[in-house]
Amino acid sequence: MISITNLHKSFGELEVLKGIDVNIEKGQTIVVIGPSGSGKTTFLRCLNILEKPSAGTVEIGGLVADFSKPMSKKQIMAFRKQSAMVFQHYNLFPHMTVLENITEGPVTVQKKDKKQAEQKAQALLEKVGLSDKADAYPYQLSGGQQQRVGIARALALEPKVMLFDEPTSALDPELVGEVLQVMKDLASEGMTMVVVTHEMRFAKGAADEVLFMDSGRIVERGTPDAVFNRPQEPRTQRFLNLIQNTDTI
Amino acid sequence: MYLNSIFSNPERMERLGDIAQSSFLPLIEAAVQFTLPLSVISFILGLFLAVLTALARISTVRILQWIARVYVSIIRGTPLLVQLFILFYGLPTVGVTIDPFPAAVIGFSLNVGAYASEVIRAAILSIPKGQWEAANTIGMSYSQALRRVILPQASRVSVPPLSNTFISLVKDTSLAALILVTEMFRVAQQIAATNYEFLLLYGQAAVIYWVICFSLSLVQGQLENRFDRYVSR
Repeated sequence: MISITNLHKSFGELEVLKGIDVNIEKGQTIVVIGPSGSGKTTFLRCLNILEKPSAGTVEIGGLVADFSKPMSKKQIMAFRKQSAMVFQHYNLFPHMTVLENITEGPVTVQKKDKKQAEQKAQALLEKVGLSDKADAYPYQLSGGQQQRVGIARALALEPKVMLFDEPTSALDPELVGEVLQVMKDLASEGMTMVVVTHEMRFAKGAADEVLFMDSGRIVERGTPDAVFNRPQEPRTQRFLNLIQNTDTI
Repeated sequence: MYLNSIFSNPERMERLGDIAQSSFLPLIEAAVQFTLPLSVISFILGLFLAVLTALARISTVRILQWIARVYVSIIRGTPLLVQLFILFYGLPTVGVTIDPFPAAVIGFSLNVGAYASEVIRAAILSIPKGQWEAANTIGMSYSQALRRVILPQASRVSVPPLSNTFISLVKDTSLAALILVTEMFRVAQQIAATNYEFLLLYGQAAVIYWVICFSLSLVQGQLENRFDRYVSR
């Protein structure tokens, strides 16, 4: 489903991604963990060209983007259609109702029938447990509810891959669970997902594979069990120790 | 002294009353025929120009940025009255003759375009980057993102400063009197020239300007309320 080869990204002098190679199978949930500044968010944003990689290729669902060549806006937009993004700060459109947020992509961009798009949006709202909030504006919702709308908005695009950029990092602790539950359900339904997160419980419970990134490289990858319980690399061990220590403070 | 003499002189009071009554209708007519259309047309054209200028300023194309900068700088750096005089009295010397009303519309539109472009640019820049990103990730092009996501939010932010621009414009249209547009202030001048009641006529004009501007500020309040339906208070 996703095939990433030799992905590089520099911001000026600063090289943030130093060659990433990953293959992700259809239906897999991949969780990316790592210390801040390790490049994991940049990595995710490169997958739908919110950041334009400096070099390398990404293939998603049969469509290849080769970043050593210049890309036209059309090519970028076509490539973006393969995936949908859920943001740390939700980024809902504040001037639209919940329903309008979800139908905006299908109706305005994909030119789908408005009635059908609304029905589908209602079904998605049901799925994320917000069927009574269709006519609310985002400011009337809690963070957790907003993020679930964010997930529904992304799903409405019928992407081949869902990208999650620290989807629970901005939430109050008691609201994290409801968002993770929706994500878990998605994973078990066979959605292909790449999730950048600090939620180790989610990684342990829902990931097929965990990638540990540090300094712009993938340092270790494996099943959650392998990475969390038998980490091979000293940097992974150090990172996991630090996290576990803060858990017990 | 002056006021004293008016109030102690019933004949003069009566004369002033008559003049006020007979000049009221012509003033209102001039306002409806020229002041208001001049304001509304110039504002609409000016807004259009302002959006284009703002987009040119924030675009990554150097030459567009540069054109927008020069335009704004010229308009903001020279008096409105001088601009109107150049359009109406200056251009004919190089063979371009424009009638008073169109000349005024051009002058005021260019003026609004420059000032409002800065308002709109600031409003666009005030919308968080995440909104652009969200628009992009749901597949929107630049113009779709602008039309559906950014400008609707930016217009909410722009209502108060753009109302300022519009209210200023309504009053500035009085300058069109000097390029022979028979708007309200010019009519007041004409009537006063026949009866020498300057205080009365200019006072009347002032009151009508104020009523128009006050009504506009009420409209502004309504607009703000409408836009505020999607923000928490």
